Amino acid sequence: MNKLIFKFVGMILLSMTLISSAFATPVDTYEFKSVENQKRALELAHSLRCPQCQNQNLIDSNSPVAQDLRLEVYEMVDAGKDDEEVIEFMTSRYGEFVLYKPRMEAKTYVLWLGPVALLLFGLLIGFFFIRKQRISEVDEQELSAEEQKELDKLLKRDDK
Amino acid sequence: MKKRLVLFIPLVLFLVMGVFLYKGLFLNPQNLDSALEGKPIPAFQLERLEDRGDLITNESLKGHVSLLNVWATWCPSCKYEHPYLMRLARQNILPIYGINYRDERAMAIRELNRQGDPYTANIFDHDGRLGLDLGVYGAPESYLVDHNGIIRYRYAGPIDQRVWNETLFPMIEELQAAAKLDGAS
Repeated sequence: MNKLIFKFVGMILLSMTLISSAFATPVDTYEFKSVENQKRALELAHSLRCPQCQNQNLIDSNSPVAQDLRLEVYEMVDAGKDDEEVIEFMTSRYGEFVLYKPRMEAKTYVLWLGPVALLLFGLLIGFFFIRKQRISEVDEQELSAEEQKELDKLLKRDDK
Repeated sequence: MKKRLVLFIPLVLFLVMGVFLYKGLFLNPQNLDSALEGKPIPAFQLERLEDRGDLITNESLKGHVSLLNVWATWCPSCKYEHPYLMRLARQNILPIYGINYRDERAMAIRELNRQGDPYTANIFDHDGRLGLDLGVYGAPESYLVDHNGIIRYRYAGPIDQRVWNETLFPMIEELQAAAKLDGAS
């Protein structure tokens, strides 16, 4: 029984490794000068969009353009260029489009501030309605004291 | 009455956003603005496809309005575009420079011998470096360059009669008129 379970688990593990290797993203044999460089370069390449496949970043895509750009990013980082310079290199060729996180500027204000504006608008409406409701509740309570007696009197008088 | 109108604000917002998003559905994601429009052609120095000894540089492209066409033998849309480029070449409107992009030299030459060569000259961009500097992400792509060597327009995809009539030719006429005023050929 135990052996059977072991076999079963082994088969699952084997198939899992096979599947994961089939879906692995392209691995480059680029050798970085340091681990920090590698970390920074990979992070940068993750934040840049492949201009050809459009829904993949430079790491996930295996199109030739993405491969070239990925290597370009690696080399620039290893050459000591900072993030801004790499991003400038990419946007001067492929436009703002390659940035997954667009820069804050006049034409992207709607993009950045739109959700905040909508949230504020929603909160404002919510606030407005709640306050209105409270006021009407208070109105009802205020009626209950002397006014109620008077009202009752009036109503009784009407009955007669 | 005014309070009633306030109640319609969410509906109006919804409609505005709806129209905005609906329009987005029909945008072509391949139609990206080129970041290079209005900028000079990137500096390069590359061999001619047919002749290793003959170097073409970005300076060679100055002095006349020209069309740069990025092509390769591995690109099916380039084959589709080819007969139209041949027609354009016969009309002699402007020089068409080919950028042979990430291709094998022998294969590219054979292809031109077989199918005809619409190009004034072919720039052999074997490792795709010029393509990278131009912001090419696929072939075919065409760049309209004015007589000062400034990129005026980028078109991604195969050129056909419609693109030519509606977009490229009117721009070329305008650029050529401007070049004449400047005294260039």
